[in-house]
Amino acid sequence: MLKYILNRLFHSVIVMFVISFIVFFIMFKAGDPVQLLLPPDATQQDVIEMRHALGIDQSFIKQYEAFLKNVAKGNLGNSFVYGQPALNVVFERLPATLELSVLAMIFSILFGIPLGIIASIKPKAWYSKVIMFLSLSGISVPIFWTGMILVLVFSVLLGWLPSSGRGEVYLFTSAFTWDGIKHLIMPVLTLSFFQLALILRLTRTGMMEVMMQDYIKLATAKGVPRRVVVYYHALKNSLIPLVTVIGIQFGQLVAFTIVTETIFAWPGTGKLIIDSIQNLDRPIVVAYLLIISFIFVAINFVVDVLYTFIDPRVRV
Amino acid sequence: MQFFKNELVVEFFEDKLAVGGLVIFIFLCVLALFPSLFSYQNPYDLTQLFLQNSFQPPNHTFWLGTDEQGRDIFSAMVYGLRISLYVGLASTILSVTIGYTLGLISGYYGGWVDTIIMRIADIQLSFPAILIALIIMALWGEGIGKVVIAITIVNWVYYARTARGVVLSEKEKDYAQSAKALGMSNFGIIFSEILPNTTAPIIVIATVRIANAIILEATLSFLGLGVPITEPSLGSLIANGYQVLFSGYWWDSVFPGVLLMVLVVSINLIGDRMRDIMNPRLKR
Amino acid sequence: MALLEVKNLKTYFFTRSGVIKSVDGTSFSIEKGEILGIVGESGAGKSITGFSILGLIDPPGKIVEGEINFDGRDLVKLSQDELQKIRGNEISIIFQDPQTSLNPVISIGKQLMETILYHRKGVSKKEAYNSCVEILKTVGLPAAEKRMKSYPHQLSGGMKQRVVIAMALLNNPKLLIADEPTTALDVTIQAQILYLMKKLSKDFHSALILITHDIAVVSQLCDKIAVMYAGRIVEYGSKEDVIFNPLHPYTKGLIECLPKLNDDKKRLYQIPGIMPSLLGLPEGCYFKDRCEFADEQCDVYPPRQEIDKRIVFCHKVK
Repeated sequence: MLKYILNRLFHSVIVMFVISFIVFFIMFKAGDPVQLLLPPDATQQDVIEMRHALGIDQSFIKQYEAFLKNVAKGNLGNSFVYGQPALNVVFERLPATLELSVLAMIFSILFGIPLGIIASIKPKAWYSKVIMFLSLSGISVPIFWTGMILVLVFSVLLGWLPSSGRGEVYLFTSAFTWDGIKHLIMPVLTLSFFQLALILRLTRTGMMEVMMQDYIKLATAKGVPRRVVVYYHALKNSLIPLVTVIGIQFGQLVAFTIVTETIFAWPGTGKLIIDSIQNLDRPIVVAYLLIISFIFVAINFVVDVLYTFIDPRVRV
Repeated sequence: MQFFKNELVVEFFEDKLAVGGLVIFIFLCVLALFPSLFSYQNPYDLTQLFLQNSFQPPNHTFWLGTDEQGRDIFSAMVYGLRISLYVGLASTILSVTIGYTLGLISGYYGGWVDTIIMRIADIQLSFPAILIALIIMALWGEGIGKVVIAITIVNWVYYARTARGVVLSEKEKDYAQSAKALGMSNFGIIFSEILPNTTAPIIVIATVRIANAIILEATLSFLGLGVPITEPSLGSLIANGYQVLFSGYWWDSVFPGVLLMVLVVSINLIGDRMRDIMNPRLKR
Repeated sequence: MALLEVKNLKTYFFTRSGVIKSVDGTSFSIEKGEILGIVGESGAGKSITGFSILGLIDPPGKIVEGEINFDGRDLVKLSQDELQKIRGNEISIIFQDPQTSLNPVISIGKQLMETILYHRKGVSKKEAYNSCVEILKTVGLPAAEKRMKSYPHQLSGGMKQRVVIAMALLNNPKLLIADEPTTALDVTIQAQILYLMKKLSKDFHSALILITHDIAVVSQLCDKIAVMYAGRIVEYGSKEDVIFNPLHPYTKGLIECLPKLNDDKKRLYQIPGIMPSLLGLPEGCYFKDRCEFADEQCDVYPPRQEIDKRIVFCHKVK
């Protein structure tokens, strides 16, 4: 087990190292952030001084070397725009983003799995067809469009919910205050629609495949009641592959907060990364991508460990 | 006609929703192929636009209203549909070709070729697709061709993985082994024996991913990193209209959004049905 | 009165390509403690007959006609809830492939215990556990307590089939249906499992319906034999009669096919041709195209004849 963990850890470090190099190189090639940072009337002297101050007047190799030295000290460099350590800038906004993603994932699972089961039991019933058509719309609608329509209806026309910003924060989240919840509803819904539909559809397909297996027929043949056959024998089998999907999709959710946060002016990392890409703020972009890939790696690891508990066939 | 007697085709037509999707999709393709026949004006031709027509709500002349430049929304949508479809199809064809070839090679030869291709795929898959596309577009700037390439770079991985998996299982099967025993060349086996046996799943995946590509393009354009507004796709039209959505000019973004939704739903209806037919595990 | 009496059972599948008459007017009966063999090629409707008895026919299949009288009740008329009380309790079934018969993510112990707990109210978990360990020992599974905690993938095919047999016997059923119980197993294990089943059905006083394509197997184990062909029974009688004095040309052919010791013929006998598709059954006798005795008389389906307590459907038998 320990060997397995170390192996995985080593592999992830290599992947993150490669990612940092590629992103660093891309951002180096992308252009000169100084043009964007200085006022239009800046002199040539200002430009040179600023480039020197930011350390971007060096060769690529020198810059990357400096970056690696910083990494060894647990520092990913200072943001060009904010002048603070890039990691701090990202971490400051991470709770807001994770809050959206986690809530959206919980919402998707809570509704996606039961609806998927319902649609699988009698696939030809009218309600199954309605569920399936709605889920098809769910995977067909871009999330920015969902967000827009929600704002149009619930903020502009009805005036029930605030259209932008994060509400009052208590402890680390805004989910504990009434104001915070009101601000959360639409962004979370927007972010979950696609995931909910996807989880629903995968649950349904999984259940339908499992229900045709011999062991389900044998369970029925030995007199196990129908509801136990469906909700215990079949569900236990079809939930196992879902764990992987949910793991992968959580990473996608975090990425899609970029769109949600843009629409709802949510002060998280999604908005930060869009701004930073446009400002060529390399340290922030590198820090953000490394954190995202770390989250990906961590989730994959958790999924693998979970598997050893829920699937008796898998033993590390 | 032989085609309509094919069992799979008959099965496809038994599902009313799927047939509806197909009809709508064909209709939209016709619109996109001959946009000038269906539109009131050429939305790119500035000489046809008059500022006094700006922000007209839907009326007899401008069925779906106009934008701030006095451009007819319906005409812009028809031309936008053309670009959205083009990006979806072109990027899918490109990524299928590239991804599938690499996947076949990777799966068939194994060894270091396999290692390299799959390592690249692994690293790419440890990132959400949209992020990769975003960074590429941020670097290159807007443009239709650039979007197509960005989406191809993101999507080839999925086909490569599928193809590799299929080859790994197919190459152990009897027909491939016997072709090998008969002295067929590696390329001969891949392209004349294995490839035909794997086209069905690829067609299904590709259909679903055309829809994904169209959504990805729209999302990039919405974030201002996709197709420029000078030659707008449905996504860029929505993005453009979004800026005035809360000033009350809802038709600028709502109508292009509805069309985008109809387009993607119709493709997904077709893809869904095809997948159900092709999936023998769900057959009763 | 017979324990189970199947009368004119018809189970059809309504598919896109047409109606498949998997079981088309089958009648047979079985007494308490008796062993009945149903023999036939794959697709002859043997398994569907077994599934029909337990009401396990899924759409597009349906029992369209007939009676299945079991211990005073017509199973065809019972609801799923009523059937559920009989399944695994009074009638048990053993499937062909032990590899797929057990739920891969539920422990052997749980799968065994639930068979008791859903049928016998008031039995404690402890008692159920003890009966399961007991029965695992009876079917010859070593280290029974340890096996209760195991998962199916940790067992070999033969061990799994023993577990499935144990599961079927747990509630001391009056009738056991075994659908090709040894086909998926190694040859060396097949005989063990077959004799185990024969012994257990005698010990537990259960009647046994053995469904198989292998006439050698039924000739060794069974009291009565029914030969099925294309959804219908063509010959039905005691083992001695059917094996040593077959009347129907198809039964004769099946027995001819068996390899015999000190046989000087160079090649084994083969019945020419294949069983017709259930979607394109010929007019008249279904076997006529493969039958060396067939003539124009056979263009009409042969009537039921009862000769010395056995039943046969053939014009050529007098």
